[in-house]
Amino acid sequence: MSKHKHEHPPSEVELKVKALESLLIEKGLVDPATLDEVIDIYEHRVGPQNGAKVVARAWSDPSYRERLLENASDAIRELGFEGRQGEDMVVVENTEKVHNMVVCTLCSCYPWPVLGLPPVWYKSPPYRARAVSEPRSVLTEFGVELAADVEIRVWDSTAEVRYLVIPRRPNGTEGMSETELAKLVTRDSMIGTGLAKSAEDVQ
Amino acid sequence: MNGAHDLGGMHGFGPINPETDEPVFHHEWERRAFAITMGAGFLGQWNLDMSRYARECTEPAEYLSTSYYEHWLHGLEMLLIETGLLTREEIDQRMDELRNQEKK
Repeated sequence: MSKHKHEHPPSEVELKVKALESLLIEKGLVDPATLDEVIDIYEHRVGPQNGAKVVARAWSDPSYRERLLENASDAIRELGFEGRQGEDMVVVENTEKVHNMVVCTLCSCYPWPVLGLPPVWYKSPPYRARAVSEPRSVLTEFGVELAADVEIRVWDSTAEVRYLVIPRRPNGTEGMSETELAKLVTRDSMIGTGLAKSAEDVQ
Repeated sequence: MNGAHDLGGMHGFGPINPETDEPVFHHEWERRAFAITMGAGFLGQWNLDMSRYARECTEPAEYLSTSYYEHWLHGLEMLLIETGLLTREEIDQRMDELRNQEKK
């Protein structure tokens, strides 16, 4: 296969991005260093590892859990996570009887400071359409089977309010440190399309 | 605004097919589109609601057949033109230039 870099003509969308970026830089409207910084933040520094720390703290510290459920934005800020698309947070907790699940039917609102940028499926029409009308079958597609008597609550995010789910703490994790617990907390478990990993999963 | 973006409860989209170990960005252009949208947003010429409205102005059939960062790009272009930061002509001209360069 030829390695000639012009083998495939760039798509219109690639050209559009290049055109806008080059014009914005030439006019001094955006600084290339800022663009690199923004990419680095959202590609490497902000992600579900942040939310996992919040959940692990809530599992370990009852007073933190209380503050988190009472005023999520402030409690999350205590751990140093704040910023765009996470200004007004609501945290909901899964229990034996209630399972929470988050969607944004209108666009892709998502709590960036604690989960990073949303995965493709979260932004996709099938998830946005079906999460509110048939959450149980959506959960099945994610490999989550809940008992029939568990109530599923679906939270539709808005540009103003973003949700984070506290998954149920797995059994057999009583002696674990916060750092160990955080490893059990997956991105999907904080959206509500997954469960936390079991203690055996990470050993 | 009611439109193709208002997807809650709509039928016929099929399975969700979540990707395993998905990267944050799938293509370099997505990375750049994200960064310039954020960077231009820092200029303070518009707010989040305006950005959303601009993305939702995508023509319905196009909205459903294009990806998230294409919606972003569409919205960004509309806002840049509306606020006068860039003009339709200079964007088209720059795209022509880039297209010609690629042909060489």
